[in-house]
Amino acid sequence: MAYFHEDELKYLEKTATRIREKIIETLLEAESGHSAGPLGMADIFTALYFNILQHNPKKPKWPDRDRLVLSNGHICPVQYVALAYAGYFPLEELRTLRRLNSRLQGHPHRGTVPGVETTSGPLGSGLSQAIGIALAAQMDKKKYWTYCVASDGEHQEGNFWEAVMFAGKHKFLNLILIVDRNNIQIDGYTEKVMPLEPLRAKYESFNWHVLEIDGHNIEDFVDAVNEAKAIYEKPTVIIAHTIPGKGVSFMERDYLWHGKPPTKDEAEKAIAELRTLGKKIVSEHE
Amino acid sequence: MLNKNLNQKLFDADVEQIPTRNGYGEGLVSAGEEDKNVVVLCADLTESTRSEAFAKKFPDRFIQVGVAEQNLATIAAGLGVSGKIPFISSYATFSPGRNYEQIRTTIAYNDSNVKIGGAHAGISVGPDGATHQATEDIAIMRAMPNMKVVVPCDAIEAKKATVSAAKVWGPVYIRFGREKSPVMTTKETPFTMGKAEVMWTPGGARKKADAVIIGCGILLSNALRAAKELEKEKIYVSVLNSHTIKPLDEKKILDFAEKAGAVVTVEEHQIAGGLGGAVAELLAKKLPTPIEFVGMQDTFGESGKPNELIEKYGMGVKDIKEAVKRTISRKR
Repeated sequence: MAYFHEDELKYLEKTATRIREKIIETLLEAESGHSAGPLGMADIFTALYFNILQHNPKKPKWPDRDRLVLSNGHICPVQYVALAYAGYFPLEELRTLRRLNSRLQGHPHRGTVPGVETTSGPLGSGLSQAIGIALAAQMDKKKYWTYCVASDGEHQEGNFWEAVMFAGKHKFLNLILIVDRNNIQIDGYTEKVMPLEPLRAKYESFNWHVLEIDGHNIEDFVDAVNEAKAIYEKPTVIIAHTIPGKGVSFMERDYLWHGKPPTKDEAEKAIAELRTLGKKIVSEHE
Repeated sequence: MLNKNLNQKLFDADVEQIPTRNGYGEGLVSAGEEDKNVVVLCADLTESTRSEAFAKKFPDRFIQVGVAEQNLATIAAGLGVSGKIPFISSYATFSPGRNYEQIRTTIAYNDSNVKIGGAHAGISVGPDGATHQATEDIAIMRAMPNMKVVVPCDAIEAKKATVSAAKVWGPVYIRFGREKSPVMTTKETPFTMGKAEVMWTPGGARKKADAVIIGCGILLSNALRAAKELEKEKIYVSVLNSHTIKPLDEKKILDFAEKAGAVVTVEEHQIAGGLGGAVAELLAKKLPTPIEFVGMQDTFGESGKPNELIEKYGMGVKDIKEAVKRTISRKR
């Protein structure tokens, strides 16, 4: 279990809060984009970019870097903000999200933003691409890990299950799938639109090792990644149970916040809440 | 007059016939020998896409994905951004048919170094019927930014195109036929992606062509037969092999169109959006010229023997000759 020094955990949790604030500011500036998913995944992305990934923001093409493939590209604000805080590009550039001539496209595009490994947005195809990257590593005897972040809703795509089946066959890949199980999609709650449960049993029947965690508990997530790396005979999926809109009470768990940005008033309220609710979000270890 | 660098036995009854897909298979092995980063992925059609020889020779670089063309394209996309040169093999109706969006987003827009081999293209697929006869694939691939499109005319050219695709960076679509078709080129015939080749020029003392036939794929053998027969009627044409539809050899096409003043395009594909469309767009923009289109006339195919189908759907020698006469009659 958790081996974090208390200071480090506090640092990570504070970073997650800073990322949430910046997501709200960025979406407000962009006047379009998705709110719920990025806020819900802030803790996971913080853990990835500030603890788990072997990477070098000054050398984004370092051949031995770990790869992060974001399959559900619409939550890219959380990735952009994490990349900016990690030092891939200046924080000010976040103001250009979704604007003309910006490197920060509405959905991520490889080759424009340093740190973005694949173009994504159309759902269901990220896991396959992560598999391709992991296969290349295996062929070249490289040690890097490929992480794929996917949404729950995109499990409704056929392509997704083609990839799940394939990974069950090629079990020795350095590949970890992280599923954002936040239970919402554009049209409503996943179990109403097109039920995914029993999700764990589905993965197990495809020969995957399944871990389920609280996606807002950074220690649990880091532990899960470490366990996944130790499992050789199966690919591992970490089903991260998250609260969409986490940290902003009026966005939490409401699917209507899947695909819209806050207004100015809403953004002010949200940021104020993120600050005053500090005890809850900033660090549960203070 | 048939270009000297082509197979001079082309018009013989016993001309050698090989399916173009065989050239793909040989090309994969050559490319694999030249570059260890070449990998081949197949969706349960290893034998019929001729990926088998590569799979046997380089088992560690062959990836079987099962009947899953979307996965085929997207896994290749991941390999292609990681230093590999993946070729994906399936039937053209499924790849780039079924996986069009995956190719668009994860290969073309993503600029992943993936080569798409579409076998069983055109109506000459024959008895399998229209479900398996891809006649829209050139159009959907040609409209896609960042994608190159090549339609080899015979097995030898198919091999050259495959080897060449491995050497150019970026997404390439190469289209192949199922059935045996005449070998028109030789090992010595030049092939450069993006460069059209002259196959036929007016014979004897005649220097100027009355029309130019611009074709691609296996139907070029019908185009050459048409050219030969037309000479007996004192109608003189040139025949260009525009194996690369994107990027089109604009300079050579404009040059020949200007000299002849009349154009016919020939392809085993819908007349909308294919080679004919590409040539028409170019001429409309730079050099308006009478043009006639030989190809599928906005209809699906059906089961039958390849040659029966080519005749029935208006792509036979007779149809090409008539198209030449029509385009010449429209000259002012």
